[in-house]
Amino acid sequence: MSKEPMRVYLDNNATTPCDPRVVDTMVPYFYQKPGNSASRNHPFGWEAEEGVDYAREQIAMLLKVDPKEIIFTSGATESDNLAIKGVFEMYKSKGNHIITVTTEHKAVLDTCDKLTESGAEITYLKVAEDGLIDLSELEAAIKPTTILVSVMWANNETGVIQPMKEIGAICEKYGVLFMSDATQAVGKIPTYPKEVGVHLMAWTSHKMYGPKGVGALYVSRKSPRVKVTAQMDGGGHERGMRSGTLNVPGIVGFGKAAEIARMEMHSDAERLSKLRDKLERELTSRLEECYINGNVQYRMPHVTNISFKHVEGEGLMMTFNQNIAVSSGSACTSASLEPSYVLVALGLGDDLAHSSIRFSLGRFTTEEEIDFAIEKLVAGVNHMRNLSPIWEMYKEGVDLSTVQWSEH
Amino acid sequence: MAYSEKVLDHFQNPKNVGTLDKSKSTVGTGLVGAPECGDVMRLQIEVDPTTQTIIDAKFKTFGCGSAIASSSLATEWLKGKTIDQALTIDNMDIVEELALPPVKIHCSVLAEDAIKGAIADYQSKNGIAVTAIASSH
Repeated sequence: MSKEPMRVYLDNNATTPCDPRVVDTMVPYFYQKPGNSASRNHPFGWEAEEGVDYAREQIAMLLKVDPKEIIFTSGATESDNLAIKGVFEMYKSKGNHIITVTTEHKAVLDTCDKLTESGAEITYLKVAEDGLIDLSELEAAIKPTTILVSVMWANNETGVIQPMKEIGAICEKYGVLFMSDATQAVGKIPTYPKEVGVHLMAWTSHKMYGPKGVGALYVSRKSPRVKVTAQMDGGGHERGMRSGTLNVPGIVGFGKAAEIARMEMHSDAERLSKLRDKLERELTSRLEECYINGNVQYRMPHVTNISFKHVEGEGLMMTFNQNIAVSSGSACTSASLEPSYVLVALGLGDDLAHSSIRFSLGRFTTEEEIDFAIEKLVAGVNHMRNLSPIWEMYKEGVDLSTVQWSEH
Repeated sequence: MAYSEKVLDHFQNPKNVGTLDKSKSTVGTGLVGAPECGDVMRLQIEVDPTTQTIIDAKFKTFGCGSAIASSSLATEWLKGKTIDQALTIDNMDIVEELALPPVKIHCSVLAEDAIKGAIADYQSKNGIAVTAIASSH
């Protein structure tokens, strides 16, 4: 009997598998408890509503917030849109200026960009080489017309964690709302919006071992009481901020995922950071010219982003992608032919951005899988360098910056 | 995005990887692309001066799987061809042979440019009028 080829999933920042305990919790809500949580007049509706209310409490406990401050959406992209567009429309009379960061997710950047058509003025803060923003630059960017600062909690490509508490303090000082896309952070590290002064927080279930298609927006109800203008018209669900029948099984699963995260986040983080460190240590010691991208101190425990110089990322992935799933900042993985804007914002040359691989570990990653990945990576990088003319030139001592390249 | 069988085969078992002595007058070298663009292709040919026939071809490529497959295929096609025959290789022939998707067409363009660059280098080294200049894309 032939053995199935080993498949190792190290792309948990793209999406996480659903925890089986989450799936078990969801199953009854597909058939035995099929009600609409907005049906107020029969037990089917009541038990659906109970499921949603319980999930809202489980999620509120994870964040140490009031359950009424949780608005369910379809995912982080919708939550980002609702927060930013909703604040812009609600607080238009106070000003039109929004501050965000060049390394944000597209769901934030493109939403801000769209708002410029409606008269918004956007400031994009740069990041340093380690991916962190400069707090004095943020403070200097705040104007009387500033209504919102939007900074992601942890970056999806590098795992770098921004100084949330310090940013919160600056926003507090100037009376500006602070919104955070915390998609990569919630359920993996403590994310308590009230402790750091975050007023709106967007994230999704499917990056914390819950199902896809359900997300949430935390909206502060007290000091300050924040309101966002609804972006969809309809039945006035979710305190009027997000109309649409609730995804009851999804929300129930999301709640269970939050509960598990609250119990297991610390042990997961401890175990995964050890595995991540082993992966990093082995690769950087066994291969020359590897660079870790982003700050290694303020970083998510399960993520590393490494550039393997003179090796193109997509080509490298092709050497092992039957067995190992990772992602790359290489242009060739996207249709745009541009390398990762996040890595370019960190000041990496385009060549190093093309050479980057992101490894994101997860709850179900084992040490055996990491050992397997290390061997595959070492073999893959060596194979690609053997094929690489620029590796050969580098080895011969050619200064690549003096070579006349033919741009195309 | 799935790769075609032919791309996978050239990627896993690339043909003619290596380096020819670029100081020899019978060797022509084409180096195209740039590290910043994510593709660099170096294609070399060795020509028999009496017959103007390509007797050997080698490549090294920094790039994605399609770029590596395109250059590997190009070296296979070049061997045994005369300079004039080699100049007729069109990037679309490579696209067709490897079933490259539209987003990877630039890889084939790069391979055609590398062929033309190697031939031009050989010709200029030997005082032969250069018949084709690699197009700049």
